[in-house]
Amino acid sequence: MRLKTVFAAALAAAGLALASSAPAAAATFRFAFQGDLKSLDPYSLNETFTHGMLGNVYEGLTKRDKELKIIPGLAESWEQVEPTRWRFHLRKGVKFQNGEDFTADDVVFSAERSFKPASDIKTRIQPAGTKAVKVDDYTVDFVLPSPNPILNYEWDTWYIMSKKWAEANNSVEPQPGAGQQMSYAALHANGTGPFIITEHQAGVKTVFKPNPNWWGKPEHNLDEVIFTTIANDATRVAALLSGDVDFADPIPLQDIDRVNGSANAKVMQGPELRTIFLGFDQYRDELKYSNVKGKNPFKDARVRRAFYLAIDENAIADKIMRKAATPSALMISPLLFPLSKDFVRPKADPAEAKKLLAEAGYPNGFEVGMDCPNDRYVNDEQICQAATAMLARIGIKVNLLAQPKAKYFAKILVSGGYDTSFYLLGWTPNSLDSFNVLANMYGCRDEKGAGGNNNVGNYCNPKVEALNKAILVETDTGKRDKMIEEAYKIGQEQDWGYIPLHQQALAWGVSKKMKIVQRADNQILFYWFRKE
Amino acid sequence: MLAFILRRLFQAVIVMLTVSLIAFTLFRFVGDPVNQMVGIETSAADRAALREQLGLNDPVLIQFARFVKNAATLDFGNSYQFKTPVIALIADRFPATMELALASALFALLVGIPMGVYTAIHRRSVLSNVLLTVSLVGISLPTFLIGILLIFLFPVTLGVLPSFGRGEVVSIGFWKTGLLTASGLKALVLPAITLGLFQMTLIMRLVRGEMLEVLRADYIKFARARGLTERAINFHHALKNTLVPVMTITGLQLGSIIAFALITESVFQWPGMGLLFLQAVQNVDIPIMAAYLLLVAFIFVTINLIVDLLYAVVDPRIRLDARAV
Repeated sequence: MRLKTVFAAALAAAGLALASSAPAAAATFRFAFQGDLKSLDPYSLNETFTHGMLGNVYEGLTKRDKELKIIPGLAESWEQVEPTRWRFHLRKGVKFQNGEDFTADDVVFSAERSFKPASDIKTRIQPAGTKAVKVDDYTVDFVLPSPNPILNYEWDTWYIMSKKWAEANNSVEPQPGAGQQMSYAALHANGTGPFIITEHQAGVKTVFKPNPNWWGKPEHNLDEVIFTTIANDATRVAALLSGDVDFADPIPLQDIDRVNGSANAKVMQGPELRTIFLGFDQYRDELKYSNVKGKNPFKDARVRRAFYLAIDENAIADKIMRKAATPSALMISPLLFPLSKDFVRPKADPAEAKKLLAEAGYPNGFEVGMDCPNDRYVNDEQICQAATAMLARIGIKVNLLAQPKAKYFAKILVSGGYDTSFYLLGWTPNSLDSFNVLANMYGCRDEKGAGGNNNVGNYCNPKVEALNKAILVETDTGKRDKMIEEAYKIGQEQDWGYIPLHQQALAWGVSKKMKIVQRADNQILFYWFRKE
Repeated sequence: MLAFILRRLFQAVIVMLTVSLIAFTLFRFVGDPVNQMVGIETSAADRAALREQLGLNDPVLIQFARFVKNAATLDFGNSYQFKTPVIALIADRFPATMELALASALFALLVGIPMGVYTAIHRRSVLSNVLLTVSLVGISLPTFLIGILLIFLFPVTLGVLPSFGRGEVVSIGFWKTGLLTASGLKALVLPAITLGLFQMTLIMRLVRGEMLEVLRADYIKFARARGLTERAINFHHALKNTLVPVMTITGLQLGSIIAFALITESVFQWPGMGLLFLQAVQNVDIPIMAAYLLLVAFIFVTINLIVDLLYAVVDPRIRLDARAV
C-alpha cells in the first residue's frame, strides 16, 4: 500500500514536470547558421548575419519592415528642417534592457562611437563631418556639411547603444582589432529590442529570451531562441531533417529536393539582394594574367561586350543554379531600383561575340587568368567553370584560379593590390540604394583604393563620375532616379563595364512547425517568427 | 629517472619551438586576416591601419619572436574574430575535446580488447570472421564518411540520438561537462563511435596478433600442462603479456585522437578545440591557429613522456636497464 502511494506520487510529480515543461519546450526556437556570431558589439563587423542577429536585440533610429521599407524605430518621426539639417524625434518611455532610459544622449554617443577608429560602420552617417546635436532629451539634430537625400537609409543597422552602460563597462571604443583587453560589449549586449541575450558562447551557441519590457507589441510567440553554428552543410541539413533545429540557413542547392520531400521541413526560397557578376581589369596598361603583351584588351568596350555576349546566363541559372537564381541586367537587384524594368539583359550570342573580338583585333581570341572564390557564393566555382567553357567557344582561353575566400579576397581586393585580370564577385548595397553601387562599382579609384574602393577592375568614366556627384546631393526622388538610370545606361549599355549574372536565391530550411518571414536582405529577424 | 625526465622536457621545448616556427611560416600562405575581420566596405586606409596594429607588417621572424615571448607567459593574444583572449577560448573548448577523446579511447579499448581476445581464441569461428570483416570498415572508411553515415542512420532515419552538438552541459569549476546530463551523454554516443572506430579496429587487430603470438609460447603450453583453466591462461597469462604494445599504441593514439578529433568535431559540430581550429583556418585567425598547434604539440610530447614512464612501471627489464645506465 505504501509503495503504491509513493509510486502514484512519483507518477504525479513526473506528470507535473512534463506538464510544466511541455509548453516551454514548444516555443523554443532552435536554429543553425553556417557562420559564427563573432562579436556582440554592433560596431565591430559590418556584415549581414551579425547585423541581423543583433537586430533582434538592438534597434536603430529607423527600422525596415518585412518589405524593406523604412519605418520608425527608436525615432518616432523625422523631418528635414533644411537640406543640411535633419531632425529626429525620439520615442519616449523606451528603456534599455538594463533598465536605463533611452534619451538623446545615447543617440549622440552612438553617433560618435560609430566614427571611432576601431568602428567598422564609419560610413553609416554620411557625409563625413556630420554631427549629431542634442536639442532636448527627445530630439536630436543631424547637421550635414552637404546635403544627403539618403542619410537614414542604413540606419536600421546603426544600432543605438547606451552611453552610461558603455562608459561603465569600458566600452566607449569598439573593440580594437589588436586590443589585448577583453571588450565587455563584445561579449554582452544591452539593447532596446525585443530580445535579450542571456547566454553567449562565442562560436558555439547564443541564447535569446524575449524582453518583457520591450516598447513594441511582439509578433512572435517564442519563449526562447537558441542559435548554434553548424558549419558543415551535411550536418546542418541532417539537423533540420531530424528535427534537432527548426531552421537552417543556408540549404545547399543539391539538398533542396531532399528537404522538400521530407515530412517535417521545407525550403523557403526567395530572391536575395546580392548581385553576382564578372568584372574586368580595365586599369592596367598591360593585362597581368594574359598572353596579350603591351596592351590591355579589356580597355576596349567591344571586348567586354564580346565576353558579355559569350556567356549564357540563362544556362547558368537553369543548370548550375538549378533555377535558384534570377538573371540580372543590372548590378543591383530589381527590388531596389524602380526603373530596373527598363533594362533588358541581352541574349547570349557567340557569333556576334566572335565578330566583336575580330573587330577589336583578336580574331583568334586570347588567354586570360580568372579569379574565383570557391566557398563564398552559391556554386561560385561552378559558375566560373561554366563561364570558362562558354568563353572557349569564342576562342578565349581562361585559366581559372578558384580559391577559398580568405585567399581570394586577399588577392583581388585593395590589400592585394587588386591583383586580378578577370574575376567573379557578389555585391549587395548596404544602403539598399543605387548610389552605393554607383560609388563602389562604377566610381573611379586610384591605386590605393581611394574613390570606388571595391571597383576592383577600376571601371572609370568621367560622365558617370559627374552623375554620381549630382545623385549624391539630389533630393528630388524622380530626378534622382532618372540620373541613376542614365548612369546605369552609360555603365552597362554603352561601356559594358561589368557582366551582371544573377541574383542568387535565398534557401532557408524551415520546419513545418514554423511560420517565418523571409526578408530579401537575408537578415534573420526572429521577432517575426512563430512556432506552432 | 629525474635526468631522464629533464632531458625529455628539454626535447619537448625544442619540438614545440620548431612546430610554432613552421606554423608561423605557413601562416603567410593562408590568406589575409584583415579581410576576414572587416566588412567589404571598409576603406583601404582603415585596413592598412589594422594591419599595422596587428603587427602583420613586421617580418616573420619578429612576429615569431613576439609570439614566443608572449607564449612563454601563457599569453596567446586575442582572437582576431572573437575579440577575446585565445587562452580563454581554448580553455572553454578543451573539456569538450577531452571528453570526446577519452570516451572514444574507452570505447576503442572496451570493445577492441575483448574482440581481439575472442578472435584470437576462436580463430576459425564464424563470429570471428564477421568481426574481422566488419572491422575493415573502421580501417578503410574515412572518419567524415562514417560520421555522415551514422547521422543519416540514427538521427535522420531512426529519429534517435541528436545529430549535432554536445547537449546540455554542467559547469564544475571551469570544466563544462556533458557527462552528467542525459542529453550530453546521448550527444556523445555517435561522435565517440565515429572517432573511436579506427582505434578500435587497430587495437582489436593488435591484441589478436599479439595473443596469437603469445598463445604459442612455451609458458602457455606449460600452464596448460599444469591444468590451469582456460580462463586463467587466456586472461591472466596471455592477455597481460600482450598489453605492453597495446599500451604504447593506445597512448600514442590518444594524442592523435585529440589532434584529429577535428574532423569528427566538424561533422558533428562538436564544440571542441578542433572545430575552433578549423574555423580559425577559414577565417585566418592566426592567434588561435598558433596556440592550438602549440597545444597539440605539447599534448603529443606529454603523452609520449607518460608512455615512456609507464613502460618502466610495467616492464621491469626497462627499469633495471635505466638503473644500470
